[in-house]
Amino acid sequence: MSDGKNQDRAGNILLVGVGGQGTILASKVLSEGLVRAGADVKMSEIHGMSQRGGSVSTHVKFGPAVYSPIIDEGEADTLVSFEKAEAARWLSYLRPGGMLVVNDYEIRPLSVLTGMAKYPDDVIARLREAVPGVIAFDAGAVASRLGNAKAQNIVLLGALVRCMGLGYIDWEAVLKDTVPPKSYELNVRAFEAGRAWGTGSPQAG
Amino acid sequence: MRKIMTGNEAIARGAWEAGCRVAAAYPGTPSSEILENIALYAEIDSEWSVNEKVAVEVASGASMAGARALAAMKHVGLNVAADPFFTMSYVGASGGLVIVTADDPGLFSSQNEQDNRWYALHAKTPMMEPSDSQECLDYVRDAFEISERFDVPVLFRVTTRICHSKSAAEPGERVDVPVKPYERDPAKRVMTPAAAKARRYLLEEREKKLREFSNGCPYNRIEWGASRKAGVITSGIGYQHAREAFKDAGFSYLKLGFTYPLPDELIREFAAGVEKVYVVEENEPYIESFVKSLGIACEGRSLFPAVDELNAGIVRSAVLGCKPEPGPTSGVTPPPRPPVLCPGCSHRGVFYALSKEKDIVVSSDIGCYTLGVAPPLSVTDSVICMGASVSAGIGYQKAFASAATDGPGRKQPKVFSVIGDSTFFHSGITGLIDAVVNKSESALIILDNRTTAMTGHQENPGTGFTIKGEATARIDLRDLCVACGVKQGNVRSVDSYDIGAVAKAVADARASREFFVIIASRPCALIRDVARARADLYCEADKEKCVGCKACLKAGCPALAPDGGKITIDRVACNGCMICAMICPVGAISRVGDFYE
Repeated sequence: MSDGKNQDRAGNILLVGVGGQGTILASKVLSEGLVRAGADVKMSEIHGMSQRGGSVSTHVKFGPAVYSPIIDEGEADTLVSFEKAEAARWLSYLRPGGMLVVNDYEIRPLSVLTGMAKYPDDVIARLREAVPGVIAFDAGAVASRLGNAKAQNIVLLGALVRCMGLGYIDWEAVLKDTVPPKSYELNVRAFEAGRAWGTGSPQAG
Repeated sequence: MRKIMTGNEAIARGAWEAGCRVAAAYPGTPSSEILENIALYAEIDSEWSVNEKVAVEVASGASMAGARALAAMKHVGLNVAADPFFTMSYVGASGGLVIVTADDPGLFSSQNEQDNRWYALHAKTPMMEPSDSQECLDYVRDAFEISERFDVPVLFRVTTRICHSKSAAEPGERVDVPVKPYERDPAKRVMTPAAAKARRYLLEEREKKLREFSNGCPYNRIEWGASRKAGVITSGIGYQHAREAFKDAGFSYLKLGFTYPLPDELIREFAAGVEKVYVVEENEPYIESFVKSLGIACEGRSLFPAVDELNAGIVRSAVLGCKPEPGPTSGVTPPPRPPVLCPGCSHRGVFYALSKEKDIVVSSDIGCYTLGVAPPLSVTDSVICMGASVSAGIGYQKAFASAATDGPGRKQPKVFSVIGDSTFFHSGITGLIDAVVNKSESALIILDNRTTAMTGHQENPGTGFTIKGEATARIDLRDLCVACGVKQGNVRSVDSYDIGAVAKAVADARASREFFVIIASRPCALIRDVARARADLYCEADKEKCVGCKACLKAGCPALAPDGGKITIDRVACNGCMICAMICPVGAISRVGDFYE
């Protein structure tokens, strides 16, 4: 539930990944929840040529009044990366002291598959050194155990909600209105599993 | 109730609320969702036009007939539609006529970064520039009225960050504006030189009235800040970036929403009220040039880059000199991740066949298949604009033939023009006719994937459906080529997945001394029904048989990966197209699963 205090809150959330990973649906659910809590919300994403397996980003900004829809370098409160090397690509967008949620999952681009580039080693360990308190886990594996790996986007959304302290929003109700009815139950479980990640709650397993 | 919506959704909503009756567009990022959303309203007769020129002409006809009409396109689409656009400024509008141009600062999905605000100046049409979704809705609704009031089409200029950003907007009710009774008026609408000259004088009169309107309209407003030390003149997304950048500085703003003609008096008043003037705008110094022409000193391009989109950080550091504290760095170098042809892409087999040919030049076009330039396929020599593959191919072949007369030893490469089905209908047909009648020895490959894939799978004249999903005539590519004069024997239809047949067709085209067309057909793997039917299909590499030669990787499929010297195939990504299996020299790859009925 929102109150005056929550309405005054502001934040910049950058969701990044690889085209086709479901960043857009996660951002849609996130924005809808923030709107319902009474915030001014702007969300910006890029379509077209940037999809097709390319690097993608969605910017979500909220607060009492939001102007520019774009998050600048050094301004994201939380960076959610759906792929681990993408976290490194966008890390400079995180503000000092910002939080990083990263899917411990590797998608090798064609440049790596054809031997023209190398996929970096020890990505998660190096991200942990750079950002204290990184939340890193295989969201696809969590979603798979719940029934469908594709729900990884909502697992990551759950982790983000805990990170940003957005628990005052009724996310179950938001999911009800934003995801297809037949995947609602799964998405609620995925959301809760993501939110509980690292808290020792059995839901996280 | 306020709703969060994209600029494109808000434009569609505003057009509907304004009583728009006819809407036409050719898809193009970032504009495509405007018509997709307009088509959801039963009251608006909507169409995917064959190209942007057709779209503007359809809307122009509807306007002359008395209906409110809209045409939408990406920035380069207005180049295609420039001919009717310029002259409709002379003809004027009976029913309100709104032309939406969606520019792409930053070239997220475009072949150039042209700033279409100059079109308004050039064609002498009023221009509006919204800065968020609410303004998209409000301005487009008002644009129809402005068009009718001043008897002129309105250029509605948006950019990627306006089209594809979501922000809150308050939807209203639809005002049902009747179609005006039709009145014939040849002196106004038949643009003979004499009639056009008479209209030409009226343009100058209209311009004065429009400038007066610009000075007093609600779309241009001064927002005095706590400080008069600095004032910012800005429009569109630049306004949002500036407000964000200077939110603690107390600057004053001249926020422009009606940007042609620019409001000279208002600009003078604003400049007189502040100590220093900044102009914040992306790409071209459109506003800045005008401000300077008034004799007002200002800083714009001297501070902000001309190339790429702006953001608040760029604006802030250029003016205030402060940069945000840098974020963390990991030292991890992420691998390049450019867009690639999808697993199961129907274009892959054709590019693979071309990659095996020596001494060819590939003149390509605008669409997903532009990615034929990317390694490992790397076959494409040039891409200019929609339709240029065919006509540029004619020119290439002429020049190579001419070069052969410069002396022995000059190679005469065979030229293959490559174009998608939707792009071919858009503007490839004229090139095809030119090739036939001018006896071009080049060859054309039409990549027929039965959709307009790059922009999100819109219908086209080859799909058999309208934008509203109604069944309609389907233009047969083979019949069309033959009707345009290509000899029956010089048109070859092949299945894009059958790389043997594609290679044979390429060899025959190469040997032909007459214009030769290959129609390579196979629906896009991402079309919903196609994806569903092939959801359970995938290829598997037999680790015993695989010799690790990596020949299959030459097709550039992202579902294939070398794994300890052998190939593994991602069964989720793979759709079982079998191109890798056909390439494999030892028969190690086979398909698993069934088609889903």
